[in-house]
Amino acid sequence: MIIFKNIIKEYNNGVKALNNINLHIGKGEFVFVVGSSGAGKSTLIKLLLKEVEPTSGKLFFNKKDITKVKNRKVPIIRRKIGVVFQDFRLLPNKTVYENVAFAKEIIGASAKEIRRQVPIVLSMVGLSKKASSYPNQLSGGEKQRVSIARAIVNNPTVLIADEPTGNLDPDTAGDIMDLIMQINRRGTTVIMATHAKDIVDSMQRRVIALSKGKVVRDDQRGVYDHEV
Amino acid sequence: MTMKFRILKSMIKQGFVGMWRNRMMSLASIGSVTSALMILGMVLILILNINNVTNMTKEQFDEIHIYLKEDITDEQIDTIENEIQNYEGVLSVVFQSKEQALEIMKKRWGEESDLLNGLEENPFPRSYIIQLEDIKYADNVVSNLEGLSGIDKIKYFKDIVKRIISVSNVIKNGSLIVIGILMLISIFIISNTIKITVAARKKEINIMKYVGATNGYIRGPFIIEGILLGTIGSALAVILVDVAYQYIYKILNNRLYVFVTSYMVPSDDIFIDVVIIFMTIGIGIGILGSIISLRRFLRV
Ligand SMILES: Nc1ncnc2c1ncn2[C@@H]1O[C@H](COP(=O)(O)OP(=O)(O)OP(=O)(O)O)[C@@H](O)[C@H]1O
Ligand SMILES: [Mg+2]
Repeated sequence: MIIFKNIIKEYNNGVKALNNINLHIGKGEFVFVVGSSGAGKSTLIKLLLKEVEPTSGKLFFNKKDITKVKNRKVPIIRRKIGVVFQDFRLLPNKTVYENVAFAKEIIGASAKEIRRQVPIVLSMVGLSKKASSYPNQLSGGEKQRVSIARAIVNNPTVLIADEPTGNLDPDTAGDIMDLIMQINRRGTTVIMATHAKDIVDSMQRRVIALSKGKVVRDDQRGVYDHEV
Repeated sequence: MTMKFRILKSMIKQGFVGMWRNRMMSLASIGSVTSALMILGMVLILILNINNVTNMTKEQFDEIHIYLKEDITDEQIDTIENEIQNYEGVLSVVFQSKEQALEIMKKRWGEESDLLNGLEENPFPRSYIIQLEDIKYADNVVSNLEGLSGIDKIKYFKDIVKRIISVSNVIKNGSLIVIGILMLISIFIISNTIKITVAARKKEINIMKYVGATNGYIRGPFIIEGILLGTIGSALAVILVDVAYQYIYKILNNRLYVFVTSYMVPSDDIFIDVVIIFMTIGIGIGILGSIISLRRFLRV
């Protein structure tokens, strides 16, 4: 469902963040993207989100060529992709419930739909009791659950996570991983960029390793480092 | 439909919130729109009144004065007179000889008329004063006169009207430049005001983009904020201009300068036009100001 074909991304300052990437990610897959800092993981994700345009090559999403799309069409693609970031990106002046409802309001959902679906996702991520709390009253793990709830409330086909456990302690990170796995089991494709060796090693999932903008490894049941 | 309405409602709310959040800048924006439009209002009223005066005084200039060439014969003069009598709309044709013209000039000069006595030759041409039944015949008569030979110059009210118009054109052009500059300043201030709202909501906008909000949805509240600033600014200008005009009108009337106010356009006659013009310009300035700030600060 996601295909990178000879993708090259060179930023305006001349940095070649991605150099000839060829990838095929199928529907419902769970993929780790690993690599040292600056390897190009976030750039790969930004290409999918249409935040940056590839310099050359082709990008397909759901069989459609999205290499070049009109600005007007970008939101349509983004609505099919849920995103989670290391820094949560919640709105501090909105409650947990409102932060999640916000994502539905933006796409024009009715008050009725919002009232029905927001509590369902909040219970899925285990935050029903915190619905009326504000972000500054939550732990890091709870904040990340809210951001996951927001990412999946519009039923995306893909969930993209850029270092979702980067700011969490190992136990909490484990809980978040369980939640992401659960979302994946319901059929959502998951692409997760991470530095968390222990998580990657214990999951036994597909691992795409990037180094200096190139895919250096793509194992179906991979680990963080090949050697050692 | 209901979805569009819901989105519009929330945008308007956010527009107000944005305006309230940086009150000082909003006040500056409103003030600049108001002052630009107030000057526009004054100029507009001035021009309307000049036009009014022109139209009213026109009726007092239903005379055409033609000057004859020096070298024409008396027969030619007779033919001209007969010809003119036949034109449609001509009430009377009065001949003025060189001597009569000199006499009139002497009377006008009064004390200094001695200077005219020293002249060796009478410099004043023979002329006809044509009285019209109505001003509406003037253009026709004049164009017929232009076809006659022996006529040196034709003078009629149009000269005076033209002069008034050219004066009002100078006023108009000068103030258009001032108004243009003030409008640019208003657009600049509004775009800066909205820039502040955009900056305050940067995080929110960023999240909106990731969740798939359309550009229109993101920009809507800012455009509405610009429209609100423009609307409030122009509403204030309408009120101020109207109050000021009525006040001046009343004062002049009370002091029995009725001859002045009788030339003035009553404020009720122009109120609706002023409202329409001001609102259009105010809202236009608001939209332009927000579009400028959004183009620079809200890339996808
Ligand atoms: N907007 C940008 N403009 C210019 N260069 C950029 C930009 N974004 C990233 N880069 C460069 O592109 C390269 C890849 O960056 P990227 O963010 O994709 O790395 P990453 O793998 O996500 O790293 P990390 O693990 O530290 O998040 C780096 O050299 C980075 O400096
Ligand atoms: Mg990164």
